[in-house]
Amino acid sequence: MSTGFAGPELVRFADWTDPVPPAAREVVSRLPDDDRENPPLLFVPGLGHGAWAFAEHWLGHAAGRGFPAYAVSPRPGGDLRARVHDVVQVAASLPRRTVLLGHGVGALVVARALGRYPARAAVLVAPVLDGWAALGSAVRANPSGTLPALFGGRLRLSARQLFAGAAPEGVLDRLGAGSRPRPELLTRAALPRPVGAPPVLVAGSPDDRVVRRPALDRAAARYGGAPLLFPGMGHDLMLETGWTEPIDAILDWLAKELPAPGL
Amino acid sequence: MHDTPDPGDRGDAVCVVGAGASGLAAIKNLRELGFAVDCYERETSVGGAWNWRHDRSPVYAGTHLISSRPLTEFPDFPMPDTWPDYPHHRQVLDYLERYAKHFRLGDDIWFGMEVSSVEPAGDGRWDVTIRSTGGESSRVQRYAAVVVANGHNWSPLTPSIPGEFTGEVMHAGAYKDPARLRGRKVLVVGGGNTGCDIAVEAAQQATRVWHSTRRGYWYAPKYLFGRPADQVNDRLLRWRVPLRLRQWLYRRVLRLTTGDLTRYGLPEPDHRPYESHPVVNSQLPYYLGHGRIEPVPDVARYDGAGVVLTDGSRIEPDLVITATGYRPRFDFLAPELLEADEDGRPDLHLHAFARRHPTLAVIGLLQPDAGLFPLAHWQSVAVARWLRLRATDPARAAAVQQKESARPLESWSRRRVVPSQRHWFEVDHVAYLRAVEGLLSEMEGVR
Repeated sequence: MSTGFAGPELVRFADWTDPVPPAAREVVSRLPDDDRENPPLLFVPGLGHGAWAFAEHWLGHAAGRGFPAYAVSPRPGGDLRARVHDVVQVAASLPRRTVLLGHGVGALVVARALGRYPARAAVLVAPVLDGWAALGSAVRANPSGTLPALFGGRLRLSARQLFAGAAPEGVLDRLGAGSRPRPELLTRAALPRPVGAPPVLVAGSPDDRVVRRPALDRAAARYGGAPLLFPGMGHDLMLETGWTEPIDAILDWLAKELPAPGL
Repeated sequence: MHDTPDPGDRGDAVCVVGAGASGLAAIKNLRELGFAVDCYERETSVGGAWNWRHDRSPVYAGTHLISSRPLTEFPDFPMPDTWPDYPHHRQVLDYLERYAKHFRLGDDIWFGMEVSSVEPAGDGRWDVTIRSTGGESSRVQRYAAVVVANGHNWSPLTPSIPGEFTGEVMHAGAYKDPARLRGRKVLVVGGGNTGCDIAVEAAQQATRVWHSTRRGYWYAPKYLFGRPADQVNDRLLRWRVPLRLRQWLYRRVLRLTTGDLTRYGLPEPDHRPYESHPVVNSQLPYYLGHGRIEPVPDVARYDGAGVVLTDGSRIEPDLVITATGYRPRFDFLAPELLEADEDGRPDLHLHAFARRHPTLAVIGLLQPDAGLFPLAHWQSVAVARWLRLRATDPARAAAVQQKESARPLESWSRRRVVPSQRHWFEVDHVAYLRAVEGLLSEMEGVR
């Protein structure tokens, strides 16, 4: 019966005595032409990325397939708790139970938000659930960009780290603007059990140089499944040249998991 | 949907009575565990007490929350963080409507339908008689369980004051608009949150205001050190400051901020802090200090155009508003089902579970020192898990029941309180939630 999840949190002193202050949230959306009663999708970017990373291809594609698609950028200087708060705030502001989709560290934010909000479903894309493993991979793949960040410096993500081949035009300039990894990414606090028992999908690439295959398998096993794999792609599946394949597979999975629209 | 021969038999479905905040949480959390739910609501919209359009709603135009937003919102559906610390009642209704829409709860609610009786049908099942509000037609449906969420702030409790009064008397439940007070001499009876709110509104509108209270209370301000007072108080609970020290701190802080209210003629409280339901009002001391509110003792009797007080003095108000609370009513249930005593006080485990009827529960019958919604949420999560466990693993359910019956009453119910009907369901939100957490952990893995 024990699945490594933390039990429900009834007494929430942190929220009651020291609530996360409101902040202007950058939310980007692409909406379908007609309402097919599909649940909204809320994409949550990881370290060094913003809502733009999904606005590039995935939001429009999902809208084209009939899903109202949103992405929320991390608030500047926000810690993990503030990011979880922002995701739950945006999800609760939408008219229907929302599907949460997180990428990289954004997947960790989603995994935590699942303990706070009964998502319709969740997708963890190349999830950084274990900060130490991700750090090890990052140091190996990009030592000069990663190590300074451990000592208060700026994180510099490299193309080699995030993409299988060359980085798409213009993407590298937008990466990592002002982002510093937060120490709480390296805590191994238990993830909350998702409330409302939503279906959870883990997706990634065996050739990802940030989240490697064993980490994907562990993440999927935690949520009781096997990862959906896209060989030959890098960490940034949504920005790779082959971006259609993963988003189509994710939307197919959603369509299968949510037989009655919107329910 | 259900493969049953009798159309009136709803199989494993659960009946929820009422679509206010507690009923909505019950529908959502029962459905999350896979139950089919039929909710009956006598009004034509959700929101219960918080819906000012409902004729039984106790809210008045100026009603704001008295617990701050983070302590009031549902734990899995936060209010917008841009809302004020103490939202207005219309915002609370808007919030409940969005909650119902977000989780599509309306699909399971039968509006304009009133439950007129709930009777055991054997084997833990219930026959529920439903009739359209104000109409003649009625039908009986059989359910696997009944969750009562009919609220306890709608049936006015009016004091029996001897004598005749030629002026106007109204219960606070009928008070909506401060325009009613304009230019009149008003006596407000009752020192609870509503009584204090109305006394303040009267101070702003009426020509003269008397505020009659039976005893002295601890009037807490809404803000302390620039933070909502309940958030400051929870800091003490977080640090596990013992009750005696909290009571001492409470007296100190109140003396330093609000100051000594006996100076204005209010009686000294006859009980310690935390021994009565919190009365939160920053403006009452302000208007006492400005002489706009004159504190007076309890009412002895009416005397024609006047009201005689227990100290023998006589005042002549045009309007008397009795803010003397509400009483819980379960007209559709035989009292013994809830183990109610002759005063109508139910005796339920965790104020929620009927002790002899495992498929009967009440949600929201609590007077917490914080917002009610989080407690109603977790109550309904526990009820849903309990019903599921009972259906799937009766042996384990029996073990849980055995263990729960040994849970000491004082661990979840506040016992040291002023002995009045006001405090029947008084709980400390942290102690209560810890008890429910204990029950949930006994049922871990149930889904």
